[in-house]
Amino acid sequence: MRHIISLLMENEAGALSRVAGLFSARGYNIESLTVAPTEDPTMSRMTIVTSGSDEIIEQINKQLNKLIEVVSVMDLSEGDHIERELMLVKMQAVGAMREELARMTDIFRGRIIDVTDKVYIIELTGSGAKLDSFLQAIDRSLILETVRTGASGIGRGDRVLKL
Amino acid sequence: MELTGAEIAIRCLQEEGVEYVFGYPGGAVLFIYDALFNQSKVKHILVRHEQAAVHAADGYARSTDRVGVALVTSGPGVTNAVTGIATAYMDSIPLVIISGQVPTRAIGEDAFQEVDAVGITRPCVKHNFLVKDVRDIAATIKKAFYLAKSGRPGPVLVDIPKDVSNQKAEFSYPASVSVRSYHPAQNGEMGQIKQAAQLLLEARRPMIYSGGGVILSDASRQLTDLVRLLGYPCTNTLMGLGGFPATDKQFVGMLGMHGTLEANLAMQNCDVLLAVGARFDDRVIGNVEHFNQEKRKIIHIDIDPSSISKRVKVDVPIVGDVAHVLGDLLAVLHSSKQKPEQQALAAWWAQIGEWRGKRCLNYKNSDEIIKPQFVIEKLYEATHGDAFITSDVGQHQMWTAQYYKFDKPRRWINSGGLGTMGFGLPAAMGVQLAHPGAPVACVTGEGSLQMNIQELSTCKQFRLPLKIVLLNNRYLGMVRQWQEFFHGNRYSESYMDALPDFMKLAEAYGHVGMRIEKPSDVGPALKEAFARKDDLVLMDFRTDQTENVFPMVPGGKGLSEVILGEEL
Repeated sequence: MRHIISLLMENEAGALSRVAGLFSARGYNIESLTVAPTEDPTMSRMTIVTSGSDEIIEQINKQLNKLIEVVSVMDLSEGDHIERELMLVKMQAVGAMREELARMTDIFRGRIIDVTDKVYIIELTGSGAKLDSFLQAIDRSLILETVRTGASGIGRGDRVLKL
Repeated sequence: MELTGAEIAIRCLQEEGVEYVFGYPGGAVLFIYDALFNQSKVKHILVRHEQAAVHAADGYARSTDRVGVALVTSGPGVTNAVTGIATAYMDSIPLVIISGQVPTRAIGEDAFQEVDAVGITRPCVKHNFLVKDVRDIAATIKKAFYLAKSGRPGPVLVDIPKDVSNQKAEFSYPASVSVRSYHPAQNGEMGQIKQAAQLLLEARRPMIYSGGGVILSDASRQLTDLVRLLGYPCTNTLMGLGGFPATDKQFVGMLGMHGTLEANLAMQNCDVLLAVGARFDDRVIGNVEHFNQEKRKIIHIDIDPSSISKRVKVDVPIVGDVAHVLGDLLAVLHSSKQKPEQQALAAWWAQIGEWRGKRCLNYKNSDEIIKPQFVIEKLYEATHGDAFITSDVGQHQMWTAQYYKFDKPRRWINSGGLGTMGFGLPAAMGVQLAHPGAPVACVTGEGSLQMNIQELSTCKQFRLPLKIVLLNNRYLGMVRQWQEFFHGNRYSESYMDALPDFMKLAEAYGHVGMRIEKPSDVGPALKEAFARKDDLVLMDFRTDQTENVFPMVPGGKGLSEVILGEEL
């Protein structure tokens, strides 16, 4: 089953490699991984999307907690949470397609953030599934590049992960 | 007063009360060696290979409750140390390894003797540090010792670039240390402990299974009290030997791949299992599905939550320091009015007695040829069961575990997790330094011994009177055994040809060598060797070439699918 795990860790050189190394050494899946510093510059927040049986997910949680630089871990998928991912798509946009792409972007509540005479760059945020459906809804042959961040997640309401 | 980084590092070791540093100098640690030279509190043991430095520090740590310390240079110094570090990591041994690194400005330039020490050791350390600022050295080393020793122990590496070791800073050693992201459990949850006590008291076929965690936590007294209070059978893992006295009648022997029939069958057939500081690894319970076929309740005490329910689902998990938890469990049991059901227990012991009656460790002795098991029995006699015994890896290791009845913890020093050949001799050096005057023997094979044979030179330099019990069968015995059982007797590369004359080799290093070829000479040779209190004696026992280790649970099989000696 798919799980989205959020963690706080010391913002130190090499901390990311400890997490990435743990996943590869123990054969766990990583679907996506995002990381950036938090409002407290000594700490980074990481969101990992992974999958596995309940036993594997339990081990992933325990093994992450065991890393010295990991401050706290939360399996967001155990409760209500929100997930968002950002995607940038560069597309060929000429002739009638310019209008069509603008319309599709609008339907998916995206934005066109760069325009040349031949190319659009479209920005889209949402769940991974929403981004997937956008890609399915447009003419794929027009895609020049896609860049996705992977999911970031946060617990709903007063479900808070902090030190 | 300002000190150099190197001086600070050595002062930190002094503050930690470090007695010995095992190491090997090189370019990146020259300032640190200079600082060592200018003091006499911390003594340096010059090994002949960095792997041996780490194993020696490891043997020192295992035989005491202290942190072992090694010092190596950058590049090949670190890569040579990696096997030692991984060995300690797999067995949770507290070590601090200080490594030199190329100067900060050269890092990443593929400089001479540069490796990414933090990267290369990351998967086999509890934690590691690269110190980029001389002002951080003291706090980092303090943290390293704290992390190595607390919680589930393990090796910690501190990598210090050469320029940092020569820069100056004010020295003050932090009095205390705390890491905000690290809070190892001490006491177990009381509700869980009460539940465990209740389960134990209601058991009809109970079993107590303890591992290296009991040794590391110095909890053998609590374990022994518990086992005796309940009157239940107890087995130890390879790492746990000595945690409960092997000569006690409640001891059913080691369990696992080469465990006794009674230990393995009691493990398989019990209805309540108390696992203490052990981790159900593949060499202990074999095939998990097979193990799970029998229904039993499992209580698991471990300081590391990730060891619980990793391979086997546990009913009552208790996270905490084994000594603390056992202490609390004992208190609960003492205050309970309920007692174990004696009739069921008697029937269980009768069943175990029946399994014991098969005498699975019996072997056919010989007047002509030396049986390796016989050597271990004689070693036990010669040392009155009270020596520190290190071993390498292979058949000799299993025979020692089976036939040397360890009654005390920290007497049996071996590489259980990683299975590192070449561990025994350097580990014995560390043990001997920690226990001067005590009998220390290294049981080894001709394959393993040659993996760190150069340390005979270190032993000479530091006058370490080890007794090396070489079970020389001219085969890589365990490999040969598997090839015999599972590879149609095709002995691919397991025969050792062109062996050195070990007697002369010992003499070449300035030690005493003996060759023993007759069973009747085994006892007298051991007696003579141990009487030579100041000499290292290498005893080359020419043993039966094709002897196998029994019982054996083949890899991937279940605990009851055991091969006994006479069945073959």
